[in-house]
Amino acid sequence: MNPEANTGASRARAIPDRLPPPLWQALRSWEALLVVVFVLVFAANSFASPYFLNAWNLSDATFNFTEKAMIAFAMAMLIIAGEIDLSVASIIALASTAMGLAMTAGAGTPLIVAAGLVTGLACGAVNGWLVAGMGLPSIVVTIGTMSLFRGIAFVVLGDQAFTGYPPGFAYFGQGYVWWVISVELALFAALAIGFYMLLHRTGFGRSVFAIGNNATAALFSGIRVGRVRFMLFLLTGVMSGLAAVCLTSRLGSTRPSIATGMELEVVTMVVLGGVSILGGSGSILGVVLAAFIMGMVTFGFGLLNVPGIVMSIFVGLLLIGVIAVPRLLRRK
Amino acid sequence: MTWLTRSREAQLALAIAVLTGLIALRFPGFVAPGNLMAVFNDSAPLIILAIGQMIVILTKCIDLSVAANLALSGMVAAMLNGAGVPLPVILLADPLVGPPFGGVNGVLVWKLGIPSIVVTLGTMTIYRGIIFLMTNGKWINAHEMTEGFKALPRLVLLGLPVMSWVALAVIALFALILGRTGRGRAFLAVGGNPHAAVYAGIDVGRTQALAFVLSGALAGLTGYLWVSRYAVAYVDIAGGFELDVVAACVIGGVSIAGGVGTVAGAVLGALFLGVVKNALPVIGISPFWQMAIAGMAILLAVAFNASQSRPRGRIILREAVQR
Amino acid sequence: MQPVLSLRGISKSFPGVKALEDVQLDLYPGQVTALIGENGAGKSTIVKILTGIYQPEAGEIRVAGQGMRFDSAEAAAQAGVTAIHQETVLFDELSVAENIWLGHAPRGRFGLIDRAEMRRSARTLLQSIGADLDPDLRLKELGIASKHLVAIARALSIDARVVIMDEPTAALSHKEIHELYDLVEALKAKGKAILFISHKFDEIFRIADRYTVFRDGRFVAEGAMDQVGEADLVQMMVGRSVDQIFPTRAHNIGDEVLRVAGYNHPTEFADIAFHLRRGGVLGVYGPVGAGGSGGMQALFGITRPSRGACMVEGTARIIRSTAEAIAAGIVYVPEDRGRQGAVKGLPIFQNVTLPQLNRVSRRGLLQMAEEFALARDYTARLDLRAASLDQDVGLLSGGNQQKVVIAKWLATRPKVIILDEPTKGIDIGSKAAVHAFMAELAAQGLAVIMVSSEIPEVLGMSDRVIVMREGRIVSELAGEAMTPEALVRAAAGIDGQGVAA
Repeated sequence: MNPEANTGASRARAIPDRLPPPLWQALRSWEALLVVVFVLVFAANSFASPYFLNAWNLSDATFNFTEKAMIAFAMAMLIIAGEIDLSVASIIALASTAMGLAMTAGAGTPLIVAAGLVTGLACGAVNGWLVAGMGLPSIVVTIGTMSLFRGIAFVVLGDQAFTGYPPGFAYFGQGYVWWVISVELALFAALAIGFYMLLHRTGFGRSVFAIGNNATAALFSGIRVGRVRFMLFLLTGVMSGLAAVCLTSRLGSTRPSIATGMELEVVTMVVLGGVSILGGSGSILGVVLAAFIMGMVTFGFGLLNVPGIVMSIFVGLLLIGVIAVPRLLRRK
Repeated sequence: MTWLTRSREAQLALAIAVLTGLIALRFPGFVAPGNLMAVFNDSAPLIILAIGQMIVILTKCIDLSVAANLALSGMVAAMLNGAGVPLPVILLADPLVGPPFGGVNGVLVWKLGIPSIVVTLGTMTIYRGIIFLMTNGKWINAHEMTEGFKALPRLVLLGLPVMSWVALAVIALFALILGRTGRGRAFLAVGGNPHAAVYAGIDVGRTQALAFVLSGALAGLTGYLWVSRYAVAYVDIAGGFELDVVAACVIGGVSIAGGVGTVAGAVLGALFLGVVKNALPVIGISPFWQMAIAGMAILLAVAFNASQSRPRGRIILREAVQR
Repeated sequence: MQPVLSLRGISKSFPGVKALEDVQLDLYPGQVTALIGENGAGKSTIVKILTGIYQPEAGEIRVAGQGMRFDSAEAAAQAGVTAIHQETVLFDELSVAENIWLGHAPRGRFGLIDRAEMRRSARTLLQSIGADLDPDLRLKELGIASKHLVAIARALSIDARVVIMDEPTAALSHKEIHELYDLVEALKAKGKAILFISHKFDEIFRIADRYTVFRDGRFVAEGAMDQVGEADLVQMMVGRSVDQIFPTRAHNIGDEVLRVAGYNHPTEFADIAFHLRRGGVLGVYGPVGAGGSGGMQALFGITRPSRGACMVEGTARIIRSTAEAIAAGIVYVPEDRGRQGAVKGLPIFQNVTLPQLNRVSRRGLLQMAEEFALARDYTARLDLRAASLDQDVGLLSGGNQQKVVIAKWLATRPKVIILDEPTKGIDIGSKAAVHAFMAELAAQGLAVIMVSSEIPEVLGMSDRVIVMREGRIVSELAGEAMTPEALVRAAAGIDGQGVAA
């Protein structure tokens, strides 16, 4: 706002696009820390168990995280935008129930899959409408729909279960694309790339960051804030539907209690991946690394016959530790 | 009628009364005093925890670790009982088990500024994990508990079980703390306007930490009640109960944004869920409906609360002022 | 007379900034001392030191001649220092009485709060300042002026000796400001020492007995108000003499760009209609709360009008969202820069390209080279000062953040730019630069709308002025008719004979 501002473009001092980032800054990044943790976990596992470094065993290990990670990618975008969806595990239950109903009605594999995906989409639309359309806080809305969606699954199924999915349906959760690369792992890899492009390389992804940093300012910059939020809930719903397809296919059955508590593991994965729970920052690469770390830790502990609950202590400590340690260091 | 349009608690009480009345039309037995008392007694743990949760939510935090804390305290009580510790000592000790765990949450939120949802998401798994480490995953069953240990919550004094008396005492105590002590008002102030609270001489972080300690204390107290009433203790007792607790608060008009909520609201929210839960078998609806109904109730409550508290916007036009 | 509170040699620094260096301040009982200084002079830091939020690194605080330390907000309150802040000090969900007594409520049996006594004394306090408010009402049910009264009652309740009023009139209407003046007189009569912080010179001259001037964190001067003139104070503030001179503009006004007709809103504005030509500057004058901002935000797609039409360059446009406004060529530089301006946390170049992400995308993917090119171009025109375009906007100074916002809009090649209170809270030195820049924009063929509640600015910058009152356009003035008297009369609703309508 210099008086000569517009006349003197030539005499204005040039601002460089970027400063060369100091190397130590790259090394101190969250992703670098996660890589170190991953290498340590991997090394520790290799030493601890002779069965760990086996292609088929490692391939089995990926089932620990692929379904959660599918949802975690969408959840990461949602959390970056300053929202949260705690209903994802319940969406899995409802989508799986819908697939069971479709199967009972005699549908083939394509229709069963479609039933799961469409149910996920519909659940996401309900969340999105309540949050973006009615302006309600997402944490309460999704605590409500978490209860509602799984509740409907319980109403339909009671203490029964759907079993007897067609053999072709098993492909999603039990099939292999090539050698040890499972269908789920391939899906995970494709989604990781897709979400990386969506979040970091498109205008939609940029809007997500803008909204997470300051939704009002984003609105005042011409971003369609409500529409972006709605789309994010749709995306999370559809990914939950996809996870439901994989999980149901892998288990071969549907119970209303399917995937109970998974929302917390998904959120943990996202936060461990360096996404700020307050919104505004995060990366897909971080979530991918976090998925691998959680998967390897689970698998390693499994090989050592460590009970699952001890593993969850570890995840809980990891979740608090990774946030607390940098803050403690900064205070010094 | 202004009290009805102004007070969320009055609206909720009316809703519960109407609901109970409708049930009574078909099933008069439901409103028999004995049955209503049973409903209250059944809702007692939820009421106690909802009050603790409300205080945490008032300060703009959330405590997802209450159910894990409850399970841990309950297990400690059961183990003390198994070790032959006399019941009065257990009763004194148990409410002291919860506060340190609540305090861990509080200190992480206060001193490190970690969002409470992350902290308690982590500690809820850690606390349950600690139970596993203590017990190696073993259950403590009814036959391993002394009769006195199991009987106390059911013991009827002046027509009400001890469980209900405890809930009533907690309601009274916290209504007093929240309404009539400086610290109690501070919880509301911290959530309502943290910036201004600092100027009023209130330490925001310390107040939040204190809220977690109180929530932990109530979880500890409930731990004994829960374990002795159901006569079993294991890692997963009250699994997922933290969400019922949050739901009771939301239905009771406690704003998740902090600064808005009353003891009466939390109690009524818990009672609403209790009435629904107890009414379903009576009116012959599958109990599997309970979860879906609770979900709908949460959504309706939050939509309703939001429509009540929506800012009216700037009123500038003169005719709008007169309207 | 002995000062009731005096500061000597106070210094306070933050990482990279020396906020206060060796400053002094004296406050006398029964007198209003105005603290004057540009933004960044250290006024808010001194308020935070006085209220115990910050602790100074050096210097002494004396209360009634006695050395004190304000280690916490409580310590400051106990020493009798209290602050009344802009809007954010009180608690909407608590009752009036509780707001007054929070933290020091009267105690009854068992140390519990004595509610009856609290209500009674709250009523007495409110009545003593002429406020007849029900102590049981929740604060959110009151208007801003009443909230102020509650804040003042709170100040009295702790038996304050020193009352700090930090921009107390910022959100008040004309009438409410006059009620506030009466209150200040009442406080003076009770022997309170008042520290009055304001940007508005007319207020300072109206109400203050003494002044203290800070500049760049240092003490400059103090004295009695009746010994000093407006020009002297300005010179002390900026360290040089500044006449408020507005840029002369070539009045080459072109075709009609924008025509607005019949914009209505249920509560905020009615019958907004005006037109605007290329190269023109339209002033929208009205005191805060007259509806000017609301009407303009409707034009930008933030507030949804209940009916109304708008034409841009002869084409009817329906604007239901900010995206549609931008597409129509209308952009808006908000008044609330902190909340609505730049997106802090995003780098500069991403802020600039935010409204037109499609333009810098190819096949759906953002092209970073194009983003940088766009940002480089427009930030250079505005002479932005930054380390790199990849720098977080939040790290820039307020003025530079504002430049990013304007660069963002100019990059969309708009037809109409709306500036809402463009110089509010800006120091005098920078105001002139903003005014010159607005003239530049108009000279380049943009149509400029400036919403302002400062009369000299409105008169100095505009070709035409529309005056708002209670959500309606009450007058449209141009040329010779644009006089301060005409603006004030129209805005206050006084007709030609000088009788209130």
